[in-house]
Amino acid sequence: MTAQTVNAPQTATEAAAIELRQVSRWYGNVVAVNDVTMTIGPGVTGLLGPNGAGKSTLLHMMAGFLAPSNGTVTLNGRPIWRNHEIYRDIGLVPEREAVYGFLTGWQFVLSSAKLHRLPDPEAAATRALATVEMQDAKDRRIETYSKGMRQRVKVAAAMVHDPRVLLLDEPFNGMDPRQRLHLMDLVRAMGAAGKTILFSSHILEEVERVAQHIEVLVAGRHAASGDFREIRRRMTDRPHLFKIRSSDDRRLAAALIADASSGSVSLSEAGLEVQAIDFRRFTRLLPRVARDAGVHIWQVSPADEDLESVFSYLITRSTR
Amino acid sequence: MNSTIAGISYRAVIGRRRIWLLVLLPAALLGLAVLLRLVGSADERSAVVLMQTFAIGTMLPLVGLIVGTGVIGPEVDDGTIVHLLAKPISRPVIAQTKFLVAASLLAAFAAVPTFLASYLLVGTESGVATGFGLGALAGGIAYAAVFLLLGVLTKHAVAVGIVYALVWEGLVGSLVPGARQFSIQQWAKSIADQISTSAFLETDVALSFAVPALIVVTVGTVVWAGQRLRSFSLTGDE
Repeated sequence: MTAQTVNAPQTATEAAAIELRQVSRWYGNVVAVNDVTMTIGPGVTGLLGPNGAGKSTLLHMMAGFLAPSNGTVTLNGRPIWRNHEIYRDIGLVPEREAVYGFLTGWQFVLSSAKLHRLPDPEAAATRALATVEMQDAKDRRIETYSKGMRQRVKVAAAMVHDPRVLLLDEPFNGMDPRQRLHLMDLVRAMGAAGKTILFSSHILEEVERVAQHIEVLVAGRHAASGDFREIRRRMTDRPHLFKIRSSDDRRLAAALIADASSGSVSLSEAGLEVQAIDFRRFTRLLPRVARDAGVHIWQVSPADEDLESVFSYLITRSTR
Repeated sequence: MNSTIAGISYRAVIGRRRIWLLVLLPAALLGLAVLLRLVGSADERSAVVLMQTFAIGTMLPLVGLIVGTGVIGPEVDDGTIVHLLAKPISRPVIAQTKFLVAASLLAAFAAVPTFLASYLLVGTESGVATGFGLGALAGGIAYAAVFLLLGVLTKHAVAVGIVYALVWEGLVGSLVPGARQFSIQQWAKSIADQISTSAFLETDVALSFAVPALIVVTVGTVVWAGQRLRSFSLTGDE
């Protein structure tokens, strides 16, 4: 089950929580999301997973733009699918860049405010544009904007009605570093103000910098959930596989297996393959052992450092 | 009807170069009418033929296609429609607004030019201008609804629409007598025939069938489009 951490202070308004219960989504024979149960509460949650993991599918179901094939998706108990009233509480920043290019930033955000029937749409649009620091460019057509500016104006339009929930699909994609930092600050600030924010990303560092809480999705399955430090530790502490080439593989193998930090050691034509159980201890051990045994190390390379294997490790742990 | 959505839709359809596509066909119709007048062939018979074959038979379905799919198709294709749908507005209202925008554009770019062109040719003679003007208006409203639905139902709305407009409405509707009962063009002609007293105009679809059929098709397709929008789904690019 998903342990929920609420890191942000509660505001006077009722906290908003999106709840997914045993949610699956399939397209024909392809399962995009498989039996996911999670609760997204106040604060910033990062939805992390490699490309194709089903992040967008899951986010679309939370945003009311996809029906779950099975299970329920609700916001404070109210169903999200086919319920347009839900958008009083939800702001959505879609991944696709498309916006009405013929409108100016001001017209676009103002139209959003009017569609929400806000009592003072001009004031709301002004406020939203100021929040994303787009006042200076607001009278230019959106088609003249850079990708980062488009992203910001989309965020402004999505939060013009001050929703309790904000969903962002890969919001930092294609932004330059400065714009990225600015949007990260903005997301953090909104999370700290008690809003329920969820954003998807396939980049761990991105999620780590912004989110207090992380949900990991791998191959459509809910692989891990929790505080980012916890996930980070689990990613570092997992058994690492190293390929080592040295002047005397057999001798080195014998020396390494004597220490508890090495799990298994296998010897082949191509060199040594060592499974390190305790990552930190192993990295300190290896040079010392080699020196004591009088073995020269030519090459040490991690065999499974890519994100995919990190994720698949998390999956095997979570299903154990 | 939502004025904000209507405003954006008008700008999307007639903004920039798209307007020329819309102006092209009515301009050709008016040009032909002027030409016929100049060469002295502006009689009732040629007026009726021009209106039947070009105004109702060609211009109306094509302008209907451009406008009807244009008010929603491109937004569905590029995903901008999400900005309208992620709002606390009922989806049927969004569909109705889009329909009204398309219908008003068809009135302006098809029905009014039809009236003007026939007026240029024969004035008020035998009620030809009024008849075809109102026929084009009624047909235009139905086309707006049908092509709007196509724009919601399929990403290939323009291709499907062309096949429908040319093959069904144009070919089958004019060649196969039984199929005429189910052709928007024939319904439009039926209305024109009812109003005009011209002997050159005759239709084989009764008005008592054409009017209810126009209403049923228009209302039915707009309701259907609204229901489809309620279940609008984004399928991930992944």
